[in-house]
Amino acid sequence: MSDLKAFRDEVKDWLEQNCPPTMRTPLVADEEVWGGRNAKYKNPESKLWLKRMGEKGWTAPAIPKEYGGGGLDRDQIKVLNEELFAIGARPPLNSFGIWMLAPVIIEYGNEAQKLEHIPKIIKGEIRWCQGYSEPGSGSDLASLSTKAEDMGDHYLVNGQKVWTSYADKADWIFALVRTGPKEPKHTGISFLLIDMADPGVTTKKITLISGKSPFCETFFDNVKVPKENLIGEENQGWTIAKKLLQHERNFISNFGLAGGGGSSTKGIVGIAKKYLGEENGMIADSDFRAAVTKHKMKEHAFGLTLQRANDEGAKASAASSIFKFYGTEHNKERYELMISALGNKGVVWSGDQADDNEKDITRAWLRTKANSIEGGTSEVQLNVIAKRVLDLPT
Amino acid sequence: MKLVLSEEQEYLRETASNFAKEKTPVSHLRSLRDSEDTNCWDKKIWDEMVSLGWSGILIPEQFGGSDFGLTGISVILQELGRTLSPSPLFATSVLGVTAINQLGNEDQKKDFLGKIAKGEITCCLAVDEGTHHNLSNVELSAKKTKDGWILNGSKVFIIDGASADVAIIIARTSGIKGDLQGLTAFITDTKAKGISIKKVPTADSRNYANFEIKDLNLTSDDLLGNVDDASDSIQKVLDFGRIALAAEMLGNTQEAFDVTIQYLKDRKQFGVPIGSFQALQHRAAKMFCEIELTKSAVMAAMNAADESSNQMERLSSLAKYQAGQTLHLVSNESIQMHGGIGVTDEYDIGFYLKRARVAEQIFGNTSFHQSRYSDISGY
Repeated sequence: MSDLKAFRDEVKDWLEQNCPPTMRTPLVADEEVWGGRNAKYKNPESKLWLKRMGEKGWTAPAIPKEYGGGGLDRDQIKVLNEELFAIGARPPLNSFGIWMLAPVIIEYGNEAQKLEHIPKIIKGEIRWCQGYSEPGSGSDLASLSTKAEDMGDHYLVNGQKVWTSYADKADWIFALVRTGPKEPKHTGISFLLIDMADPGVTTKKITLISGKSPFCETFFDNVKVPKENLIGEENQGWTIAKKLLQHERNFISNFGLAGGGGSSTKGIVGIAKKYLGEENGMIADSDFRAAVTKHKMKEHAFGLTLQRANDEGAKASAASSIFKFYGTEHNKERYELMISALGNKGVVWSGDQADDNEKDITRAWLRTKANSIEGGTSEVQLNVIAKRVLDLPT
Repeated sequence: MKLVLSEEQEYLRETASNFAKEKTPVSHLRSLRDSEDTNCWDKKIWDEMVSLGWSGILIPEQFGGSDFGLTGISVILQELGRTLSPSPLFATSVLGVTAINQLGNEDQKKDFLGKIAKGEITCCLAVDEGTHHNLSNVELSAKKTKDGWILNGSKVFIIDGASADVAIIIARTSGIKGDLQGLTAFITDTKAKGISIKKVPTADSRNYANFEIKDLNLTSDDLLGNVDDASDSIQKVLDFGRIALAAEMLGNTQEAFDVTIQYLKDRKQFGVPIGSFQALQHRAAKMFCEIELTKSAVMAAMNAADESSNQMERLSSLAKYQAGQTLHLVSNESIQMHGGIGVTDEYDIGFYLKRARVAEQIFGNTSFHQSRYSDISGY
């Protein structure tokens, strides 16, 4: 315990000296940091913050030090997060590399692959995207047909991926490819790392109902991929793919928790009071107050469940599906409540008759509709819970 | 605060789990019901619980208990809830003990807590007077007399009211119905002249009674705590009760769910187990998620009570709300998924539904706790 207290003091001191002033202010939408070869920093302090946190390994505190991570244990990570939260620090780096890829390279990669890729992920030097879904393979992901032919010293990759998040800005892609065309569908898949600067890789943006384009289509046309970029064994990629999905689901489920306090003006309670009026300090519309209360109680219980899973030492597993299902459905409900509270300000698309915050909520509401589809639909999560957790028959 | 049981608490849970399975399977409740036992609980079983030290878990060591905390007694109730095991444990050792701990003077503690720890007396808490729980609606009056107090009014739905030796009665000594202040607690022998006990047979086959109180004369020695000053303490007693009851309801839910999942695996129709149908799988998976949330809410509330956290009231309402909602869902779905046999008396699953609806409304239903949570949170 006293070790932990000493660690807390050390963290406090370090943050005091190293977290730049503007990095302690609320995040502005276009100042999010994703790193990568072509990263642009609107605020130079974002770059400095990433550099310092990346060198310390605290962008990925759980990863061992020999690969550039923080090498912290569970209790230390909790302390670090609490201290970051206490000064209102911005996340130094958003990264699919850290959230999804690094843990599976640690588990399934060889030593050379760990040393090559993980430090660059942690420092934000390489930005990764995910190549899983294909036009014909959504929920039935294992039916994927992008093929990788064995050409001796390399694979020749041909095919198309879809819903590749930020592929237009990413440097590398981790992709599921078919290496065993004659094998049953789950046993002919391999997990391959592909440099998107290689000849034959092209991307095209997809515009969503929100008007934004976080996703792309990615095409592979005779792309040569060195054999050393295969993670794990050939034709055993499905196991790695599922593991990575569990990490992805864990991270998406955090959407279920509202950022900031419940009574802040940005939260649903603050919005409801502002737009529907207050009566004795309470939301004036009693039906809406009841709906918000139910929502907040579920959120409270959900947050306690994430905490309990952490306290029990749970790792990514089939149980991640519980959090993915609940967290995303809850986030959708939150935005339905938000635009409902905003009334006619909640459906303004553009122009100056609604303020930026109002218009952001409208767009975010539409974005949440993908939450329960990406990373495996809610229906797929319920299938996983039924079959892998409850052991119900197929 | 960590949301996991300590080793000692885990050990207690295991002991209770074995006790419930071996001594009080659901057939125990069934036989009490069929024999129309007036107590609705078995003295022999209660004596065994007492000898295990369960009656004194919330009692300080100097009065003969183990002072092992609300989490300790709640995990026992959770395991007993799995087999719907009836006993005076909740009314006596949670409600009675907490009220005496909160309000009693040294003499009262020594006397009553000592006897409870040894299993010599059982208690009940008489609060409600209407169809719905609401502490501020107490009207039963206690008027000062030359020698003491005289009580008049009625109390309803008193848990173990038909068997308890001692009653803690919440009376109004000032203000009017609707005021949370102006309440006073009295402790009295249930055989005292002036108390007429009417047993209320209920769907869950447990022990409840209504009291008609006419000119009940008590002395100032029978006061539990100060005059006009019982509200805060009784709120705490009720919150302890809600949390312990939420744990018991979680146990009801878990068992009804486990039994139903097993049935989905065993029962065949159209040549396959019915658990292979996606229409049932998704409903089962959703129930599982709600049960996980309930476990966390109950665990956090138990911790808050034992750590005297200022979040205790809010977490108590969250736990009772979440436990109530989940038990409601699971008790209904369990019957539906069992099909025809689910509505037969021969099959045990119906007992869980009957217990569910009673437990749901004790000390505030989901609507009550939603409203209370909203008020505390400032929504």
